[in-house]
Amino acid sequence: MSLRSPLSQARGLGSAKDGVNHWWMQRLTAIALIPLSLWFVFSIARYHLADYPTMILWLHNPYVAIALVLYFTALFYHSALGVQVVIEDYVAGEALKLGSIVLMKLAHFALAAASIFAVLKIAFGA
Amino acid sequence: MSAKPSAKTVVSRPLSPFMLGQYYRFQISSFLSITHRVTGVGLALGTLFIAIWVMSAVAGPEAYARFAWFARSPIGLILLLGWSWALLFHLCNGIRHLVWDVGYAFDKKSVDAGGIIVVAASVVLTAALWATAYLLPSV
Repeated sequence: MSLRSPLSQARGLGSAKDGVNHWWMQRLTAIALIPLSLWFVFSIARYHLADYPTMILWLHNPYVAIALVLYFTALFYHSALGVQVVIEDYVAGEALKLGSIVLMKLAHFALAAASIFAVLKIAFGA
Repeated sequence: MSAKPSAKTVVSRPLSPFMLGQYYRFQISSFLSITHRVTGVGLALGTLFIAIWVMSAVAGPEAYARFAWFARSPIGLILLLGWSWALLFHLCNGIRHLVWDVGYAFDKKSVDAGGIIVVAASVVLTAALWATAYLLPSV
């Protein structure tokens, strides 16, 4: 027997009022990040001592630019979802909790936009 | 008139994330669970460095040189190595979570064995990626 109302059960959104969206997007971005992260760590290990022109030439490669845009999209999305759970678990008080989540999400959006814009500017640049 | 329980009595109880080690016997499952969280938060902070890296590249050679100077300093290299291990651990343990999500390897024996495999794999992968990057002809 369920203690939930029939309407609540039909909506299927649970106590977080979000359904399985958070859980599902965390898994989806995790799967995307498996190949992208392995490639990114290897690339950083390979290019971290490279000089400026070599780095720019690497970022000019369209495959590198596309992979970085995909990586940053999945990375910042996954990071925002993960930190949200940590805040929900450890920050006491609804106002502080909500405020922290809003600031954290906006910071993630800003960093994602700046990083993707930077990659595209170099990729499209002369 | 009975006094309300003071804040002190509440605080003196062992609280959730600080049970490990002091009140609970060591278990690899809970240890890797909190390590997954700690590396996750660390990697979230690490995205700041990734953003600064690519923004300094777009800002020009001088800005990039300043970032590269820090990234190649002893502190920068330790952070880089720590970041790569944290990422590869989070990746390997994340795969362990995905395996559980589809309903496999969730008995106690498999959970413990999987934990040891994940720790070993993260160290081997970190060493292998860096070794390959350095052994290939330089860029």
